[in-house]
Amino acid sequence: MSLGKFNGVLFVFGALGVWQLVAMAEWVNPLIVPPPSKILKIFFDLVGSGEIPRQILVSMKRAGVGYALAALVCIPLGIFMGLSQTVYRSCVVVIEMLRPVPPPVIIPVALLFFGLGDEMKIFVIFFSCAWPILLNTLDGVRHLDSVLLNTARSFGLSRTRIIWQVILPDCSPQIVTGLRVSLPIMLILVVISEMVGSTDGIGYFVLDSQRRFKVAQMYAGMFALAVLGYSLNQLFDLLQRLLLPWHWRMMRKKDEG
Amino acid sequence: MLGNKHPLPHRSSIPLFSPFVSILEVKNLSKSYRQAGGQMTAAIGNISCKVEPGEFISFVGPSGCGKTTLLMTIAGLLAPSSGSVIVKGKQVDGPPPNLVLLFQEYNKSLFAWRSVLGNVRFGLEARGDRSAGAAQKADALIEMVGLKGFEKHYPWELSGGMQQRVAIARALAYEPEVLLMDEPFGSLDALTRLELEDSLLKLWAQLKTTILFITHDIEEAIYLSDRIWVLSRRPSAIMQELDIPFRRPRDQVATRADAQFMELRNRIYRQISNQSSP
Amino acid sequence: MNRLEKFNWPGWLVFGLLLLLWELSARGTPKLQLYFPPVSQIFGALVQALQSGPLLSHFAVTLMRFCAGYLLSALLAVSAGVVFGHFRSIHHVFATAIEFLRPMPSVAIIPVAILLLGIGDSMIVTVTIYATIWPILINTIDGVRHIDATLVHTGQTFGLSHRQILWQIIVPAAAPYIVTGLRIGLSIALILVTTAEMIIGSKGLGFFILDEERAMNSANMYAGIIFVAVLGYLLNRVFLTVEARALRWRHGMTARDAA
Repeated sequence: MSLGKFNGVLFVFGALGVWQLVAMAEWVNPLIVPPPSKILKIFFDLVGSGEIPRQILVSMKRAGVGYALAALVCIPLGIFMGLSQTVYRSCVVVIEMLRPVPPPVIIPVALLFFGLGDEMKIFVIFFSCAWPILLNTLDGVRHLDSVLLNTARSFGLSRTRIIWQVILPDCSPQIVTGLRVSLPIMLILVVISEMVGSTDGIGYFVLDSQRRFKVAQMYAGMFALAVLGYSLNQLFDLLQRLLLPWHWRMMRKKDEG
Repeated sequence: MLGNKHPLPHRSSIPLFSPFVSILEVKNLSKSYRQAGGQMTAAIGNISCKVEPGEFISFVGPSGCGKTTLLMTIAGLLAPSSGSVIVKGKQVDGPPPNLVLLFQEYNKSLFAWRSVLGNVRFGLEARGDRSAGAAQKADALIEMVGLKGFEKHYPWELSGGMQQRVAIARALAYEPEVLLMDEPFGSLDALTRLELEDSLLKLWAQLKTTILFITHDIEEAIYLSDRIWVLSRRPSAIMQELDIPFRRPRDQVATRADAQFMELRNRIYRQISNQSSP
Repeated sequence: MNRLEKFNWPGWLVFGLLLLLWELSARGTPKLQLYFPPVSQIFGALVQALQSGPLLSHFAVTLMRFCAGYLLSALLAVSAGVVFGHFRSIHHVFATAIEFLRPMPSVAIIPVAILLLGIGDSMIVTVTIYATIWPILINTIDGVRHIDATLVHTGQTFGLSHRQILWQIIVPAAAPYIVTGLRIGLSIALILVTTAEMIIGSKGLGFFILDEERAMNSANMYAGIIFVAVLGYLLNRVFLTVEARALRWRHGMTARDAA
């Protein structure tokens, strides 16, 4: 491990150590800021009892469906908008009207239509993730090199084949960017929608723990969320590396440079 | 210094009581650095040379022979592995105050957030000139490099040749005694290159700066310089030193048509290509 | 293309048709009116709320919290970002901590904040600052770190001191990245403020919208949403104008609004 990284890890452990001591010495109210040892213990208890995994699963089911829907609707839509000026012009006004709405604000609408169920969260997540996916896909298609397109055409490829074999692969990095940007958005919105209107899920769990003053449990839930976020990122990177190896290597080179 | 026009001997007079004769001296310079894989690569093997005030010197060599490393080391941006660089009697340890390096990738060296005028003024600001007269000096320089009327333009709006002129004007605004130029015309089209060669010679004649010029274009080196040092493949050393006999002012047609021009060119070319082949 | 052709006929047509559909189905089917109150009713509610006041005071509260949170966060994040980006060693000390905190959705901080700060303006501003710092910080660090070495060398060859290079060269060169981070932060800040208002509930546009939904006043709810959307749009426009002035030297700015 390089010295720099070591310093970073040292800092984290140092900070945790200070926290532990401060909490144990009761310089801050341990009811509000429990020591990390207690938080970790409760975290592992909850994981062992299945409580945290269950809540996470509930949340992820909703989030996943909303995210998948957003991808399934917006990627084709983005491609069509990118390829056809008419389609683009027809849709752009409505899109520009809806876009400035901050996603959480759509929650009351979702509550109105769907009540407190899963559909409400799915709708909210769909709405929130739609924009980055749509706009990035659109951007990718619109910046398609005409040289590439003309090459494909001069080989006499049909429209459909061009879309599948030339356009999609060429735009895939941009599409993936949109999908990647939407990932944290998905996580944020599932937490928000559960905090505002839900009776289960990891977001609800954290807020509920706070309301019941089960403070260590609340922190444990936050920790679970951090782990979840990290795992999702790793999973996404893994999938990207498997499905788009050429792009992955190109991006890695850019980062190192 | 600016705006003086002089008849053109190719060596300016040497001060009578100066403690040093040469303005720049390189003594047994070598430079190695660690590559990405971990091994040490020697870029410069052993170079020693002396430059006198007001001279126009070129380094010519095969690509990859460490010319840029040499210039960066002379400019004090890299520390030598051994040997030393002495500018006006003082050993170089960090960028010396009376010397400026003009980078090969000028588009990366120009300040995108400043206009042409802003970039040139930077050269003046860098030497501490924030006076009211600075603006006029900047304007004069911009006109000298032939960019009058483009003061408010931003670098991205200009062609490669014009950007290079801005970089030159900025460097000259600093009024350096020594100007190092790293393949300044390398990425320009042939006609622009010829134009800029002549512009540079005119500026040099007016300002009497000492210029160290790097190029892979042998004919350009012969056309521009008083002396040429031919570098070997890396680790580079000076294979040969040539005096260029042609009178000044040089002419793109007459000078290049001279029989000796081709002879010099062929001599240098053979020397370099013999080196390059494995 | 003359101006007549330039105007987006199909787009506005589609939009107009959708509105018409909404209006007609709302009027025609009383049962739908809860979910789709007639557009006219929504606008009526909007005008009325603007006139008699509650919407405006909620708006003022939200705007104040937003401004405080965003501006403070920008100040902190840009300063820290420049320092971290430039001084690798300092960055390394905090880098691991940053890597651990980043994946956690910033809204998860809200319950803690309630615990520590209660339910008031300070809590909302604090969570806003926390969430908004991330995109600005990351983008600033990125921008400062990706400065071309040639630019730094140029500063050195002109004899600039370390500090001069930092302020006169590195910061301006990193400006486009910093601005991107600031733009993302804009939407994040608005999201956090409205979310916190919804969860805590006593004042602000977020609260207003949720409250109206609970009271089944869907027209008012939609009016509130439109209000927030307009606010977001205006903030964005203001930002783009300031950005265009400050980054006048940057050509071909792709409006990377995808966030």
